[in-house]
Amino acid sequence: MKDAEIMAKNPNRPLSPHLQVYRWSPQMAISIFHRATGFILATVGMITLLWWLSAIGGGAESYATFQKYVVSAGESATGFETAVNWFFRLLGLAVTFSFFQHLASGIRHLVLDIGAGYELKTNRTWASAAFIAAFFATAFVVLFVASRFLGV
Amino acid sequence: MDSRTYIGRVRGLGSAKHGGEHWLKQRLTAIGNISLTTWLVVSLLLMPNFDQATLAQWLAQPTVAVPMILMIVNIFSHARLGLQVLIEDYVHDEGLKFGAMALLNFYVVASAVFGIFVVAKLAFTGASA
Repeated sequence: MKDAEIMAKNPNRPLSPHLQVYRWSPQMAISIFHRATGFILATVGMITLLWWLSAIGGGAESYATFQKYVVSAGESATGFETAVNWFFRLLGLAVTFSFFQHLASGIRHLVLDIGAGYELKTNRTWASAAFIAAFFATAFVVLFVASRFLGV
Repeated sequence: MDSRTYIGRVRGLGSAKHGGEHWLKQRLTAIGNISLTTWLVVSLLLMPNFDQATLAQWLAQPTVAVPMILMIVNIFSHARLGLQVLIEDYVHDEGLKFGAMALLNFYVVASAVFGIFVVAKLAFTGASA
């Protein structure tokens, strides 16, 4: 019998434990964050990358459109344009954090794949370290962007 | 009555239907992504300015266009593998799963071809805006 048929017969059968069952700890958080940040990168991140590349290829005018939305709407922006600008900036922040989080936890995965780092304390330490590294790398990029483009 | 051999019956089973291939590809593209995105981040940090003309000239160079195309292919392969796992884990209806996988393949192939075309056009025809 197919899984779907079994589920249709008895929808109340026991399911495997999911997120809400576990106590939050760095080790479990990093697992679900890896998945969530991967999803953000694969959707918002990659579309932004393609938008950026095609804006460069499309010439000065199309690059100005990209900059207006994602970087800064400028001095003469209307309230609506500023709101749209902030929406894209927040998406950009999410993509930047996702990139560094996925990178750090991906490197952690590669280390685990060779069989290292499973001792409880070590595992916990490196899970926390990945979050901290992603946080500081994101903060660095935010400061870089703020000083280079926004004149802060 | 099933007259197939035992090995014939178990081949292609399991949720991924590809044995260890998916796992290994995911790790190899991960290593590729680490190198290629590090290259991109360092390049961006070293960029003198972010005018369209500067970026177009930068992107049109063979030493930039080639890694950029490699990065696009690698990122989209890795994303396909990852999103495939999300679909397999969370979409339980067989029909929806089939549809979602088809959409995923269209999305990654179309996006990668688009990205490669943009970079190649700039590299081959020059950065004349």
